[in-house]
Amino acid sequence: MARISMRVDGMKVTDDVEPRTLLVQYLREGLGKTGTVIGCDTSNCGACTVHLDGDSVKSCNVLAVQADGCEVTTIEGLADTVESDLHPVQEAFRECHGLQCGFCTPGMIMQSVDLLKRNPQPSEDEIREGIEGNLCRCTGYHNIVRAVQHAAGTEVNAL
Amino acid sequence: MTAVDARPEQATEIGRDRRRKEDARLITGRTRWTDNINLPGMLHLAMVRSPFAHARITGIDTSAAEESEGVVTVLAAKDFDESLGVCINAWPITPDQKTPAHPPVAVDRVTFAGEIVAVVAARSAAAARDAAEMVEVDYEELPAVVSLEEAVKDEVLAHPDLGTNKSALWVFDSAQAGTGGNVDEAIASAKSDGIVIERTYRQQRLIPAFMEPRSVVCDPTGEQITVWSATQIPHILRFAFAATTGVPESKIRVIAPDVGGGFGGKLQQTPEEMIVFAIARRLGKPVKYTETRSESLLAAHHGRDQIQKLTLSATRDGQVTGLKVELDANLGAYVAIVGGGVPVLGAFMFNAIYKFPAYQFNCQTVFTNTTWTDAYRGAGRPEATYAIERLMDELAAEVGVDPLEIREKNWITHEEFPFTTIAGLTYDSGNYEAATANAKEMFGYDELRAEQQQRRADNDPVQLGIGISTFTEMCGLAPSRVLGSLDYGAGGWEHAQVRLTPTGKVEVITGASAHGQGHETAFSQIVADRLGVAFEDVEVLHGDTQIAAKGYDTYGSRSLVVGGEALVRAADKVLEKAKPIAAHLLEASVDDMEFTGGRWTVRGTDQGMSIGELSTAVFAAHNLPDGVEANLDSEATFDPENFNFPHGTHLCAMEVDTETGQVKMRKYVCCDDIGNIINPLIVAGQVHGGLVQGIAQALWEDAVYDDAGTLVSGSFVDYLLPTAADTISFDIDHTTSPATTNTLGTKGVGEAGTIASTPAVVNAIVDALRPLGVHDVTMPCTPERVWRAINEGSAGGETTGAAAAHFDPSTGMSGNVDRTEGDVQ
Repeated sequence: MARISMRVDGMKVTDDVEPRTLLVQYLREGLGKTGTVIGCDTSNCGACTVHLDGDSVKSCNVLAVQADGCEVTTIEGLADTVESDLHPVQEAFRECHGLQCGFCTPGMIMQSVDLLKRNPQPSEDEIREGIEGNLCRCTGYHNIVRAVQHAAGTEVNAL
Repeated sequence: MTAVDARPEQATEIGRDRRRKEDARLITGRTRWTDNINLPGMLHLAMVRSPFAHARITGIDTSAAEESEGVVTVLAAKDFDESLGVCINAWPITPDQKTPAHPPVAVDRVTFAGEIVAVVAARSAAAARDAAEMVEVDYEELPAVVSLEEAVKDEVLAHPDLGTNKSALWVFDSAQAGTGGNVDEAIASAKSDGIVIERTYRQQRLIPAFMEPRSVVCDPTGEQITVWSATQIPHILRFAFAATTGVPESKIRVIAPDVGGGFGGKLQQTPEEMIVFAIARRLGKPVKYTETRSESLLAAHHGRDQIQKLTLSATRDGQVTGLKVELDANLGAYVAIVGGGVPVLGAFMFNAIYKFPAYQFNCQTVFTNTTWTDAYRGAGRPEATYAIERLMDELAAEVGVDPLEIREKNWITHEEFPFTTIAGLTYDSGNYEAATANAKEMFGYDELRAEQQQRRADNDPVQLGIGISTFTEMCGLAPSRVLGSLDYGAGGWEHAQVRLTPTGKVEVITGASAHGQGHETAFSQIVADRLGVAFEDVEVLHGDTQIAAKGYDTYGSRSLVVGGEALVRAADKVLEKAKPIAAHLLEASVDDMEFTGGRWTVRGTDQGMSIGELSTAVFAAHNLPDGVEANLDSEATFDPENFNFPHGTHLCAMEVDTETGQVKMRKYVCCDDIGNIINPLIVAGQVHGGLVQGIAQALWEDAVYDDAGTLVSGSFVDYLLPTAADTISFDIDHTTSPATTNTLGTKGVGEAGTIASTPAVVNAIVDALRPLGVHDVTMPCTPERVWRAINEGSAGGETTGAAAAHFDPSTGMSGNVDRTEGDVQ
């Protein structure tokens, strides 16, 4: 077992984990952060995307011990409360119908937040390239692109 | 055409682009996926799966696994009794269908790679998986039959004891059915004095690939055994548990909590569900199993996988005279719950929107040692639509006219509705001319044709192709009497209940079980209008057999057109029950009451009461008319008399690089007629998502087995789901011919995009290359296949290696490069 400490969605945590534990497993099983989900086992789908010290990572591709001493933000930490104070990207996904079943949504939102941090006014192509590591099976991406445009305050494609 | 639109005058919600009620929890990560559920003392399962496609199990040694840390028990087939149940086939398509027993755990023989041979129960998922690796299974490999082409020869048998790989032959013949003429005569006649087009198309095997891997939790510790499952069909699953395990249905509660997509892939009673149920009961402890993505791709059912031999006959000027379909459909190793019924659903759709005077459909279902197949978005209808829409393009090329012209020559005109087709269905409404005219204008059809001509004249290495798909489909599954006549083992009605709370809120219970479609929002809109209550005051409850006791769940674009109609009827019953109470309280005659503006009012006065006020009055029950019960709650069960027939015109422009075979989508336009629209935002989402799944069949997805029966595309590295970077934004619109078979005039939209788009894309690619002598490219149309089609005059060959992958160095880390070494056909 390895002892790790980190701050997750503002909460300080210290735990002993098996060294092989993936960050996503620690978040879900250790901390009950079930907003972050697992969609594949080959790091293709991006459903588990969180921010590690402010940058997006696929948390299935990071060992929990690698996050020792880091700050982790999950979808659950993006808004202070669920009733109000939604992050603009969360609000944009709702406004533009950028989700259907919602399973890819936590990862898609976390990746989009990261994308807009790096490039606040992305073109459609830059949006599409920027979320290429996140798979969605429901939306055909059309409305996800619109949601990111909406959050960026750029011109939004037709529905 | 008769427009049925019985919307109350005060309708303000229907047609509005309401943001979804479902989204708040989904965008904040406050969801209840099955895998999120943790119960005290819960045990976790891991499956031991066969690496061989066909083998005899000669020994299973579980001793090392049992000694592994945290393991409670390791079980093989011999450790279960009949209370494990079996996986059922609900649709034996012929009386003599061969249907091998399908035990959840293989007994002495495995029939596909991925079949479960043993199960580990442990205190954690990791401990279970560790131990599963330690289970020693001895196999004696048997010859495996993998491809459909080999299987029909009956040389190597998937199930030797059956003596054949052929499960059932299902035939529809218009001459026999009395719906039309003799197709062989039509073809013979065309051979001497007309056009005969013979083609073989391959519907490659696809994987539904819902984003949420399947998960099931069973808690046996209550009076009812509670099962949470990532399923589309909680009601059917409950029935299957009861029917095959001996546990009374009243002792079983099935809950489909938040479910992360299905697309038909979660329309199944799975071995994993049966195993979790059995082990939880055996141990008396809550048990969970969540599959890995690799397990999901390997062992959750696949879709499509057909070979279509098609013969179309026509007059010299392109009037169709006959269509003969000979279909081989790959069942995989077992007949799944719908199984052979999937291709049969296509039987009624090959004739599509065209007036064929003679038609014959022959479907042979076939076993192979591969993962079993069942519904995938569209289920039978995309295959049929692909075939006919490709053939119409071929006919146009043969006659030498624009493919739209040949369609117009043969389609049902809008004056001819209702129209009874050669397949015996009655299409209630539609207007193919209007949808096509609108789509052409949106697309800039004439300009793109002009550009195509210019590129051809210039010998441009990048050629432009225009693909057309004027599709229709049958959805809204399904009239129970029709299902009965087809030997389906259940009905197709849907149930709804509307309940009023003392404070005037409305609870709507539906037997449809959404998994991303937005029922909570759309159904709230319907009820808000119908009862004159606020959208926010309607709560839609579903997906739990204890709450929604009756239902047939969600698939086949049925929720709105069948479930929505049940809801309308239940709401109307509430109004009827409220009427005498309102009259009594307003001291008016029942005959003077009318429901306007969301209130029961007394005609000619300004007196009235809302449903909310009435429900409070009924709750108190201080002053009700004599003999009237204190209850406004109502329920209704609606069994449709007919299917539902959305249609549309889809136009696709593809650029094809004739030097490299690379294809690029330039533009995609569709105009769908889905009748009246409840929520245009939700409709757009369904269309977009459907389009990409259909486009993905045309361009990328292919479940590939090697000769030994190993699934080569068994992970998201190899099974090419499109990303945002692979796709484009779409132009969508609608024309409206309201359905006449439901009160709201609605038509299904869940599968339309998928059904329509595949042939539009392939038609565009072939259209670009037709001057080069190409008349077909096998799906998926990878650059290699396109290149071979151009350079070798073939349709591009088989996919024998892995399909193109996104993250492989050989693809330049970008996907879209085929690494196969396919043989030229």
